[in-house]
Amino acid sequence: MTGYLLEISQALMALALAPGLVGFVRWWKARLQGRRGAPPWLVYYDLRKLFGKEVVISKNASWLFRFTPYLVFSSTLAVTLLVPLIAAPLPFDRVGDLLLVVYLLLLGTFFLALAGLDPGTAFGGMGASREMTIAAIAEPTIALSIFGLAVGAGSTNLGRIVAQTLAHPGAAISPGHLLGFAALFIVMLAETGRLPVDNPSTHLELTMIHEAMTLEYSGRYLALIEWAAALRLLIFFSLLANMFAPWGVATTLTPVAVSVAVIALIAKLGALGLVVALLETRLAKLRLFRVPELLAVSFVLALLAVTSSFLLR
Amino acid sequence: MSLFAKIWRTPAVTEAVGQDPEAQVAVVARQIGERARKLFGRSLHIVEVDAGSCNGCELEISALGNPYYDMERFGLHFVASPRHADCLLVTGPVTRNMAEPLKRTYDATPDPKIVIAIGDCAINCGVFKDSYAVVGGVDKVIPVNVFVPGCPPEPVDILRGILSALDRLPRK
Repeated sequence: MTGYLLEISQALMALALAPGLVGFVRWWKARLQGRRGAPPWLVYYDLRKLFGKEVVISKNASWLFRFTPYLVFSSTLAVTLLVPLIAAPLPFDRVGDLLLVVYLLLLGTFFLALAGLDPGTAFGGMGASREMTIAAIAEPTIALSIFGLAVGAGSTNLGRIVAQTLAHPGAAISPGHLLGFAALFIVMLAETGRLPVDNPSTHLELTMIHEAMTLEYSGRYLALIEWAAALRLLIFFSLLANMFAPWGVATTLTPVAVSVAVIALIAKLGALGLVVALLETRLAKLRLFRVPELLAVSFVLALLAVTSSFLLR
Repeated sequence: MSLFAKIWRTPAVTEAVGQDPEAQVAVVARQIGERARKLFGRSLHIVEVDAGSCNGCELEISALGNPYYDMERFGLHFVASPRHADCLLVTGPVTRNMAEPLKRTYDATPDPKIVIAIGDCAINCGVFKDSYAVVGGVDKVIPVNVFVPGCPPEPVDILRGILSALDRLPRK
């Protein structure tokens, strides 16, 4: 019973933290550019405002266009129930494992691409085709980079993997872990639309990837999609943090352990947010045709991770 | 690495925006509803429409994003699509070709929304007045809430215009 309560509070916490995380990365970027920048909590005001606004829908749009924001939001929220954010193992570990996480994320991407095509605007179709190009190469790498850990743990169950690394801390500096971390980090940049692949602060439709698909959304639909995108960033950050460096994750459900886990999670998210902000200050956007090369590198890293953990088992 | 060393040495260069009694700040033509003001109090997404401007105003508007003026600190943000926007920033005299697109952009923007006309041209066509190619000021095509005069207005005046429309100008 406590486990289920913890699951639900974990999902609610992810929902509450996600916009703040996006705002935190933006705030750091502004500081690095010599600006004062918007306060990190601006994203919460953005969402509140969007929920209060009217919805304008193109008359060419079908039911798919209206259905997609709910699907994207709920599938992303479902992932937060499966990823060990603050405690492992969790009762929902029996429901789904790594593969379900990967495919729930892909489901959201797929429907968002369909919704980009649906109203028939030029930029929506362009964004959809680009997103699919990237997703097709990035999605297998997510699974593969964590498979490297799964080989060591003997299970694709995310909670089991975390427990295994906690039991054998030396494994965290094994080649399988380090290569897998590098692979997942590159894929995280691609999947959450961060800089060398997509520019989250661009206003130029020609260079957009993720945002080009959402150009036709407004009001509460846009709010749901933006909230889901923020959740996605949080999910990838916590996968990176908790799968590869699981220290702090609660293994017993005592109040002390759980509060330590929450603080550790926030600290890890903050550190990764700072790293991403630094990278985005330093890196320029890659040409679109160079992106598959970057993603191929991350795929090879993930493959090496699996091979090395299999051989060194 | 030298980039980060430079970032470390340079402090935030953003200047404060105060009230300037000398400046002829925005004229609020139509009052902005209490609900809109409440909704936009912290966050306002702006889409820029060039209705036939000489691009002088655009230069000043794009300066709003730089570290000196940094409009993002007030929660103002440019977006790519009118569907995401709360505020239309219209520049230039409305040319015959841009009258219809401007109207469509206005219709594509979800309510509540505000319209700010930037520059002398947007108010009364400026030097292009009575030309056969222009329809008239922005007010002729869509309802305007705020006018910011100037040819072109300074970035800080544009900021004052937007903030006074939202009743958010910092008090002295």
